[in-house]
Amino acid sequence: MRVPLPWLREYCDPELDTAAIEQRLTMTGTKVEAIHRHGVDAIENFVVGEVLKCERHPDADRLSVCEVDLGGARPEGPATIVCGAANVAAGQFVGVARPGSIMPDGTKLKKAKLRGVASEGMILAEDELAIGVDHDGIMVLQDLLPEVELQPGRPLAEVLPLAAEVLELEITPNRPDCLGVYGVARELHAATGAPLAPAPWSEDLGSSGELAGAEVLVECPELCPRFTARVFEDVTIAQSPPWLKARLMAAGQRPINNVVDITNYAMLLSGQPLHAFDLDRVAGARLRVRRAQPGEQVQTLDGQTRTLDEQMVVIEDAEGPTSIAGLMGGVRSEVQSDTTRVLMEVATWNGPNIHRSSWQLALRSEASSRFEKGLAPEQCLHAQALATRLMIELCGARVLPGTIDVGSPPAPAPTIHLREARVQRILGVTIASVRQAEILGALDFQTQALPDGLQVTVPAVRREDVTREIDLIEEVARIDGVDRLPATLPARRGAAGSLSHPQRVRRAAEDALVGRGLHEIVGWSFTDPGLLDRLRIPAEHHLRQVVTLENPLSEAQSLLRPTLMGSLLDVAHHNVSRGQPKIAIFESGAVYRAAAESPLADEHHALGALLSGELQPRSWRGGTAAGTANEADFFAIKGVLAAVLGRFKLDWRVEAAQWPFLHPGRSASVLVGDVKLGFVGEIHPLVAAQWDLARTAVFAIDLGKLAAAAAPVAHFKAFASVPPLRQDIAVVLPEVVAAAEVLERVLKAGGSTLTQAEVFDVYSGPQVGEGKRSLALALTFQAPDRTLTDEDVAPVRKRIIAALSELGGELRG
Amino acid sequence: MIERIEALKAEAEASLVAATTSEALEELRVRYLGRKAELPQLLRGVASLQPEQRGAVGRAANQARQALEALIEQRSQALSGAELETQLQADQVDVTLPGAPPQPLGGLHVLSATTRELEDIFMGLGFTVLEGPEVETVHYNFDALNHSPTHPARARTDTFYVSDEVVLRTHTSPMQIRAMEAHPPPLYVVIPGRVYRRDLDATHTPQFHQVEGLAVDEDITLADLKGTLLAFARAIFGDERDVRLRPHFFPFTEPSVEVDVSCFNCEGRGFLRDGARCHLCKGEGWLEVLGAGEVDPNVYAHVPTTAANAPGYDPEKVQGFAWGMGVERIAMLKHGIPDLRLYYENDLRFLEQFS
Repeated sequence: MRVPLPWLREYCDPELDTAAIEQRLTMTGTKVEAIHRHGVDAIENFVVGEVLKCERHPDADRLSVCEVDLGGARPEGPATIVCGAANVAAGQFVGVARPGSIMPDGTKLKKAKLRGVASEGMILAEDELAIGVDHDGIMVLQDLLPEVELQPGRPLAEVLPLAAEVLELEITPNRPDCLGVYGVARELHAATGAPLAPAPWSEDLGSSGELAGAEVLVECPELCPRFTARVFEDVTIAQSPPWLKARLMAAGQRPINNVVDITNYAMLLSGQPLHAFDLDRVAGARLRVRRAQPGEQVQTLDGQTRTLDEQMVVIEDAEGPTSIAGLMGGVRSEVQSDTTRVLMEVATWNGPNIHRSSWQLALRSEASSRFEKGLAPEQCLHAQALATRLMIELCGARVLPGTIDVGSPPAPAPTIHLREARVQRILGVTIASVRQAEILGALDFQTQALPDGLQVTVPAVRREDVTREIDLIEEVARIDGVDRLPATLPARRGAAGSLSHPQRVRRAAEDALVGRGLHEIVGWSFTDPGLLDRLRIPAEHHLRQVVTLENPLSEAQSLLRPTLMGSLLDVAHHNVSRGQPKIAIFESGAVYRAAAESPLADEHHALGALLSGELQPRSWRGGTAAGTANEADFFAIKGVLAAVLGRFKLDWRVEAAQWPFLHPGRSASVLVGDVKLGFVGEIHPLVAAQWDLARTAVFAIDLGKLAAAAAPVAHFKAFASVPPLRQDIAVVLPEVVAAAEVLERVLKAGGSTLTQAEVFDVYSGPQVGEGKRSLALALTFQAPDRTLTDEDVAPVRKRIIAALSELGGELRG
Repeated sequence: MIERIEALKAEAEASLVAATTSEALEELRVRYLGRKAELPQLLRGVASLQPEQRGAVGRAANQARQALEALIEQRSQALSGAELETQLQADQVDVTLPGAPPQPLGGLHVLSATTRELEDIFMGLGFTVLEGPEVETVHYNFDALNHSPTHPARARTDTFYVSDEVVLRTHTSPMQIRAMEAHPPPLYVVIPGRVYRRDLDATHTPQFHQVEGLAVDEDITLADLKGTLLAFARAIFGDERDVRLRPHFFPFTEPSVEVDVSCFNCEGRGFLRDGARCHLCKGEGWLEVLGAGEVDPNVYAHVPTTAANAPGYDPEKVQGFAWGMGVERIAMLKHGIPDLRLYYENDLRFLEQFS
């Protein structure tokens, strides 16, 4: 809502500067988003001039060279000004911008030579001042301002509204009454205590009662609580006077003609939209308000044809629909230059229905944005009174007696009991009942003192917003209270801030990855259907059970991601293409699948990681970290996974398994007991190629399952006070025997004395023979009470060797 | 015999003093005190001497041996100290070469780090961290939060719909209702999470993150909200910060406020030392950080009383506050991040700056 400050000050002038007005409005709930300056600057350079002489430019047919008397503004004599307007002539009083003037678009006027003739300024058209849109010619001031005394040199700002500060206000949706200047003036009155002028509609030049010459029929009163109309005759269509055009321009509206401008002006002042019909173009002089037929088409003022449904309301005459109620008028009955009889419609429409129609038709207007918030039926006559006065004053019109007024009288104003103690209890600061009454009075509420507070009557325009005691508390608090609240803390009975076990597990898992050098990314929840194809997900795969948006921003954002792989690969691609040699990233976030049983999605919090590129930077010490390969392969990512799972002391394992987007020979499921946490593997080369990535390894696990498997509390286990005995053995086995199986057998054979067995080297080559490989195992023996010797463990070792030979193993070396 | 001992001692002492390396010293130790050396032989031979000689010779030999051992120890320490000194000199390295193997830590995304920081601040104030579904029903997202049937946020131009009754939550507020359904008052919770609005321009991304707060008890006032958020503002933006509450409108709080924090860039003055207008607060001296208010009584009315939350939420008996803050906005203000898109681009050069 743009409110020109001079207009506002007409109704409430707190004699404060703009900054102070901004502060008070903002701190009482009407936020000033910006303060604009509308119009010109360096205003002293704009003066009235009299054209003494006007001759054609010697070298340009369309230019005139004028001698303009600027009076005291240029005592040395008339100024020479080159003018391009066709209508400029000697004897005219004109507006002149002298060099140094700053025009509405911010450009500064300089002396200029036009086709060889020096021009000292500019003779003004109204659009150049942003007080109108006409550029057909310059303003001839004695025509525009017949009642104004014009003399050369008079400051132009004294005769035309050249500049205004304009407040851009954020009006919250509960306050349609502030979508009118007078409503904002009332706020300013309450916020500052400055007097408020009587409502500009308090004196009505029209009358109530029967109106002859037009008829209105409302067939759907539930959607049209009130419909009023007045008729004006002897209307002369013309341009509006400069003050009105300038005010509309400053408020952001384009002047059209006096009648249309009056409807806009009355709306901007009262908040209530109006619509003017050319009564002679209303067939049968009868308007019918009815629900539209499904599929009915109406051509609106913007030249478009709109297709309606039966929730929408049309206003029609004997020849069919002329307007879509509350949204936009029709072409057929629009006011035109030859209009002499006007029917002024001011109606109240059902807000929710207007809102719906407006969205359905994608048709938003100044009117619909007001109607949809629910206006009070009382506002109809406010707007009629405003329009009636202006129609008479500006269009020379005659108002016919009477007002068509269809609709049941509005419900009586509700009263609410406001307990003084309740105000204190909600706010935590005391506001005396007397002060409460004063604030509410300023906001047009009526109050009556009660022993424990006030009985409050709500004004009509606030009926929708203020229905309960708490709403009154807000009214009081926003004017006087919120800005002087003490800062206290709640009692916090029983409060004990904490994280849940799954939240702690999530943090710990993320921290483990950070400790291993991975950077967290935050990807989009949205993805495109093509992702599933790029990941080679087959048709019936569970990852195809996606959640689809009905109204995505684009096809590329139309699904919720069923896996973190898309964002990890996208981010890897982004960084590789920007020259990053090493990608080590993870994401911790929700993934979504359509749920069979619930209308909501099956969401779980997943943790995914990706490695690609050179894992270790080159070092001056040569090589990479001892014993690690530098490639982002299966074992690199499995090591990272082990760091995460190791954090929770889980007994986890992997089993070779196939995933559509993973290398079939280098992928596995991650399990704890029977619970599958997720997968680990190298990205399938065909998938990696889609993202232009070299060898890339990933894992993803379900953090909810991890949290369920992880013990919330670690319990102490006794450990021996004597050192363990460590031995290594190397065994040659058929390649097909999995390392996990070897270790399982060894641990079983070793019994309680063998506390640990790990593979620390793998060799395959000619020395061990085709189809075989050598595994070097590190064995740790421990007795609880004594130091073991080689002799002590010899029998255990024998059993281990026997177990290995059952797997086809032979000791090496 | 005694003379021989004295001579040996003198000879050994002279040699030991003259020795210049630890190896030479060790050779001398073997020569004079080793198994086959003369002095130990003499000592072993004491038993075969005449009884009247035994005492004197034994004592002399023993004394000589102890003296030599002490001297060796002393010389050994002196020599190894000097040798170590030499060795350390020779071992000197260029300490400015990088450590190896270089294993830099990774880092949390600045949005996660900020969310954790917020969680930790509010946990310190007694709030428990809860989370809820992102795909949410219209009931929890709008209806139960007192949004009128025509509230513009419901429009399909503003909110992502999965079906007529299911949306991507537009705020973390639905969890207010779910939390109250699951727990009786008093209740102190914060709800971090991802939310969605159908906006995409320089200042909006269709997904972003919020941290919701909800405190409900018998007597929680708007002043308590101010105190809580003052504690938050100081923890995040510095001890000198102030907050102001500005009346506003939200469907599910009444009274509603927007909360501004005094600008930390210009100390709330609106302009910098050199007189330039503060670019961060645009000269206002205040930064809009979040929306909040006292929970609207209608919201309590939407919470059914069940076994889980008995005695339930009676609007005449309980009251409290709620807020919703944007994580992106807070991180942006705090770290001077100029563009929302940086968060979701995940360029490593961005991520590394906050690790």
